[in-house]
Amino acid sequence: MTDSSEGTGPDPARLYLPRRKVAFAGRRGTAVSAVSSVAVIALLVSVFFWAPGGANVRATFFSFHDMWVAFRGDPSKGLLSVGSGLITNIWMFLLSEVLVLAIGLLIAVARVSRSPVLAPFRVLATLYTDVFRGIPILLVVYIIGFGLPALSLGAISSQSPAVYGVTALTISYSAYVAEVYRAGINSVPHGQILAARSLGLTYAATMRRVVLPQAVRTVIPPLLNDFISMQKDTALVSTLGAIEATRAAQIYSSTVFNFSSYVVAALLFLVLTVPLTRYTDHLIARDRSRRLAGAS
Amino acid sequence: MSVLELRHVEKRFGEHPVLRDVSLTLEAHRVACLIGASGSGKSTLLRCANLLEPIDAGDVLLHGQSLSDPRVDPNLVRREIAMVFQSFNLFPHLSVLDNVLLGPRYALGRDRAEAESEARTLLARIGLESRAGDYPDRLSGGQQQRVAIVRSLAMRPSVLLLDEVTSALDPTLVGEVLDLLRDLATAGTTMLIATHEMAFARDVASEVLFLEEGVIVERGTPAQIFDDPQEPATRAFLRRTE
Repeated sequence: MTDSSEGTGPDPARLYLPRRKVAFAGRRGTAVSAVSSVAVIALLVSVFFWAPGGANVRATFFSFHDMWVAFRGDPSKGLLSVGSGLITNIWMFLLSEVLVLAIGLLIAVARVSRSPVLAPFRVLATLYTDVFRGIPILLVVYIIGFGLPALSLGAISSQSPAVYGVTALTISYSAYVAEVYRAGINSVPHGQILAARSLGLTYAATMRRVVLPQAVRTVIPPLLNDFISMQKDTALVSTLGAIEATRAAQIYSSTVFNFSSYVVAALLFLVLTVPLTRYTDHLIARDRSRRLAGAS
Repeated sequence: MSVLELRHVEKRFGEHPVLRDVSLTLEAHRVACLIGASGSGKSTLLRCANLLEPIDAGDVLLHGQSLSDPRVDPNLVRREIAMVFQSFNLFPHLSVLDNVLLGPRYALGRDRAEAESEARTLLARIGLESRAGDYPDRLSGGQQQRVAIVRSLAMRPSVLLLDEVTSALDPTLVGEVLDLLRDLATAGTTMLIATHEMAFARDVASEVLFLEEGVIVERGTPAQIFDDPQEPATRAFLRRTE
């Protein structure tokens, strides 16, 4: 005897997906998406092989031999190593990053302050962010890199191009990062400030203990975005003659007439930026899970 | 001597008067309850009392000392007048324990070890000592509000201001917060409470003040206000809340 409800109830199949869609729902769906991804990528890559100039592009941009030589450098031919050029990018970036984090924070705090004592700093900070967010970074690099040496001011005028590069990047990016911090500060609910002030904390202590810790957590992703931009913008310092990855790649291409060196430089920049992006996501996830798990 | 006193306080937001000629006196170990509709000025009154909002006229006195004296440091005043908010306002980036410790450590400059043992004792009193390491978002609304009350108590204030502290709570969680406030009242804590919980006000208040459009329309013992209100406005309000 069958279940009586089965006979009298409506047909269960009326709730089913169409057969065609069921195929996409399970493991078969994963296989379908994998195949379609591969097909799309293969199609894009095949353009390189079928295009009339494909062979040319492969030889001038993706020659493994040239990539390897550009990466290693060849002193006997006056070719600089793109790989060791990258070391310059890395330290320029690291130094600028530390400076930008500190200076950006100071500017942001000056901008949000209400204290009459800080009023002149507030005006200066506003002016600063307006000006340096408005000037292309390349121009700041030129102005600092060619302007400061022209001053003939002793130590200030006799630094290496890389130091001027760090200065220019710090000046420009501090303006952007200050605005990121400021957005974070403004995102902290007013009730947090009321609660801290009602405990008798001073304005400064409220900022330091309550507002900034929350603001910084909020702005980690946009901050890291700016840092990824800054890593790439270290390439602009090549215009001052600093020997970094882009400059080395440029020298290679203009000596050997092969652009594979640029591809090497691009790949090396990816090696720098991708871990930073991953690390940011990891930090955010850890902070989130820690708070949700309630560990101390 | 009174702990907290408001004398003819006036407060305007722009042209709009929020408090008009508000006077009240709170003696030590007494509980005063402010009742009135939303927007009647209860919250503003509390904020003016601990100088979170500047007043336009009148005076606020703490232990008989005028707080409009320009030599008075508002930060020092607020250490003695603690406040608890409707929306708890716990610090989400700090553990429960660090929430309670923030005031003693960074406003009073007390030593961590000493402040911590006191904070743990306070948390034990509300049965949340085991949650000391948790972050606020792991706690229920009622637990969060009790932590917020303990955070204020950790400052050892002379007076506690409570701004509709159960209004944002799930109805099932209101009881635990009110029970804590009853305990505090029994223990002799001086409190000024803005509330919509009439039964609670009747229980704990030594004085009830009815506020309408920034004016204290009527004041008296709970029995006078709830059983025999004299003003038509008070009667109308109480009828609406039944």
